[in-house]
Amino acid sequence: MATVERPLQRPVGIPQASAAPSGWLSWFSTVDHKKIGIMYMLSAFVFFIIGGIEALLMRIQLGTPNNTFLSPDVYNQLMTMHGTTMVFLAVMPLNVGLGNYIVPLMIGARDMAFPRMNALSIWLFILGGLMLYSSFILGGAPNAGWFAYAPLTEKGPTLSATHGMDYWILGLTLTGVASIAGAVNFIVTILNMRAPGMKINRMPLFAWAQLVTQFIVIFAFPSLTVAQVFLLFDRNFGTRFFLANEGGDPMLWLHLFWFFGHPEVYILILPVFGIVSEVLPVFSRKPIFGYAFIAYSTVAIGFLGFLVWAHHMFGTGLGPMVDAFFSGASMLIAIPTGVKIFNWIATIYRGSIQMKAAMYYALGFIAMFVIGGISGITLASPPVDLQQTDSYYVVAHFHYVLFGGAIFGIFAGTFYWFPKFTGRYLNETLGKVQFWILLIGFNLTFGPMHELGTQGMPRRIYTYEAGMGWDFWNMVQTVASFGIAIAVALFMWNMIVSLRSGQRATNDPWDGATLEWATASPPPAYNFASTPTVHSRRPLWDSKYPDLDVAHSPTTKPVKRRELAPLDLEELNRPVEPGSIHLPSPTFAPLYVAIALCVVFYGILYLSTAAIPSVIAIVVGLGFFAFGVTVWLRAADRDNASAH
Amino acid sequence: MSELTTAHAPAAHGSAHGETSLGVDSRKLGIWAFLGSETMFFGALIVTYLIYKPVNAARSDAQLPHEMLGINFTALLAAILLASSLTMVLSLASIRKNDQKWFTIWLAATAGLGLCFLGGQVYEFTHLYHEGLTLSSSLLGTTFFVLTGFHGTHVAIGVAWLLSVLFRSRTLGYNVAEHMDVELVGLYWHFVDLVWVAVFTLIYLLP
Ligand code: HEM
Ligand SMILES: [Cu+2]
Repeated sequence: MATVERPLQRPVGIPQASAAPSGWLSWFSTVDHKKIGIMYMLSAFVFFIIGGIEALLMRIQLGTPNNTFLSPDVYNQLMTMHGTTMVFLAVMPLNVGLGNYIVPLMIGARDMAFPRMNALSIWLFILGGLMLYSSFILGGAPNAGWFAYAPLTEKGPTLSATHGMDYWILGLTLTGVASIAGAVNFIVTILNMRAPGMKINRMPLFAWAQLVTQFIVIFAFPSLTVAQVFLLFDRNFGTRFFLANEGGDPMLWLHLFWFFGHPEVYILILPVFGIVSEVLPVFSRKPIFGYAFIAYSTVAIGFLGFLVWAHHMFGTGLGPMVDAFFSGASMLIAIPTGVKIFNWIATIYRGSIQMKAAMYYALGFIAMFVIGGISGITLASPPVDLQQTDSYYVVAHFHYVLFGGAIFGIFAGTFYWFPKFTGRYLNETLGKVQFWILLIGFNLTFGPMHELGTQGMPRRIYTYEAGMGWDFWNMVQTVASFGIAIAVALFMWNMIVSLRSGQRATNDPWDGATLEWATASPPPAYNFASTPTVHSRRPLWDSKYPDLDVAHSPTTKPVKRRELAPLDLEELNRPVEPGSIHLPSPTFAPLYVAIALCVVFYGILYLSTAAIPSVIAIVVGLGFFAFGVTVWLRAADRDNASAH
Repeated sequence: MSELTTAHAPAAHGSAHGETSLGVDSRKLGIWAFLGSETMFFGALIVTYLIYKPVNAARSDAQLPHEMLGINFTALLAAILLASSLTMVLSLASIRKNDQKWFTIWLAATAGLGLCFLGGQVYEFTHLYHEGLTLSSSLLGTTFFVLTGFHGTHVAIGVAWLLSVLFRSRTLGYNVAEHMDVELVGLYWHFVDLVWVAVFTLIYLLP
């Protein structure tokens, strides 16, 4: 654990160490938050495609009654991997990737607080995802749902017989370590690396959302880790945490899992709230309505998120008092969430709206998220939940929130920040066509699930009888799900074409308000030639339009912008002599450490079935880990020496 | 680039690493966040032990912790670990005075006491295994070994960390301005000690 490193130095005029790996190798040794952000987004997008293919296969199977396209066992594996992939390997890392790229720019920093640990996070995430997927070729994927309910997930001929669930446990633990390391990094970065003058109440709302999200990560993930450790021991080392016939209690799994699982849905959606809070004001040409309400309601949601986990357990008979408490607490969350929605609507209201593709997605987000939120409130009522739980109504609910909410919002962020990432625009027309196909395909895929669920169609079934009244809508859903696939394919096409020949973007293509638009597109390695000094919440707008006042928003006192010292845009982008700004030098150490941990984890996985090779793997892995840490410390020392 | 320093919050006391927005050293803030996470981790383990405690006690063949384990030996181990927190404090105080000799002695003592604790735990575990209490013998074995085992693993990581700081201080030399490495491992070490106080109270002292 000696891998805690020194934070990034403020720039000093010392030439940078040369001999850095170049070409494609440089991606393996990079510690630049922007490159790491891109790596996060691209790998998460690949997992999103894989998860989508799994969904399409499931939809083909469910399109007609009594279908035999997939066997029940394969269906279970696809369902588990789909859910696991979308939650842990797609939406979460897409948010992390956007944050990694944008947050340091937004707060006027040169990098994350711990650049090498940032690299460790991306490698642990990628290797953890690959480890999870290697289960398909190494004896069978996990097959008991992304919630992994014990005792179904215990080892046994009628339960989970293969090593699949062990892959689920250990692969996700690797990505979990990545998440916690990343969360620590974000928290320190946002709290400690803000540009002069950027007080906490001047931070962009995206940074606020990321900050709260990362606090949720550090407090929620340990509960999952503990549950996974217990399950691993039950399956492999003869313990009996969840085995009722030995005094263990399956309810313990439910509590530990959902104490993590409910906050997890906020880990998925809060950063998206942040994205939308950046996109809407820029395209409405108005400051966000109720900045403080949005910031504080994010904190309130983060807090309340830890008090409601048992609303996933109404069906288990906790008793009326417990149910009442968790029902009430769940409904309370609607208040801060509703506050946000009204703030967003008020932001658009009477704005001079520019209907760019990013704006389409942000508006689509609001509409779809409201539908998912309302079905969520219905589910928070125990009598309704008892009727609907384990039916397709729940499937409809969480897809409206996760797809209609998170994915639409992430598309909004992608269209918005793509010019910053690449220096080129995504094609607007293609983007809008994609939006409409996605919106229609999405609603026809998941809308009818409300109806099917109410009609009693259970979730997690691999087929159903004809004549139950479910055939028509299932067929519609399957056809429509290919509409979603077309939309995603269109987006990939858009990305490829735009990368090669998209229209060139300026530094500030949308006439933006926050600091990331004050530097070049794409930004130089050091972000800003000098650190900006901030005097307001919208430093760039206030510099560009000194004569406007900020009276649009009733919550801020009218201030003449010209009273605020503007950003010196020329100074921020002044040509810098290469090497005159000290940045942490690239190193392979984080990659070594991640590979070492991965080897150790494979060893643990097979410890109960192939003891000797496993012990060898663990010993070799630990040795390589020590080597990696040594290289890491050397790199850190070298950087510090050249910075002093 | 001197404007960077002017507008910033003053550096934390003793921090050699520039200004931060909160005025706290970034690495220290990082450790605090990490320890927050660890608190939740041990919280979940401890709550599990508590939930299963009455279940264990109600069994006809109940193996009660204090009967099985006896308290004297473990109390000695607890004392050793607590003493190591003291030596840790002394070590940090020494480096703050730039007293290299005593800094090294106290740091080595901390690592040594940690190793003693680990040795004692290994002895205790083997002893219990011979008495028939194992990971899979009963729910008591399950909860006991997982809780104390994870604490022991944390102690082992802490010892490795202490030794690496010790080694680096011998080769690189730490001075007053650069004691942050020591402070960080100290924070972790005190945390691990505190957890043991909770675990010990829970398993051995509470009826
Ligand atoms: C083409 C798009 C998608 C289709 C057709 C689709 C379809 C499905 C289907 C058929 C199930 C199984 C439901 C059951 O029987 O319980 C499912 C489960 C699930 N989906 Fe999706 N899905 C899509 C996109 C997404 C996205 C984007 C997310 C996350 C952001 C997501 C998250 C989940 C989760 C968490 C589950 C529960 C998994 C489980 O029960 O283990 N899905 N999806
Ligand atoms: Cu929930």
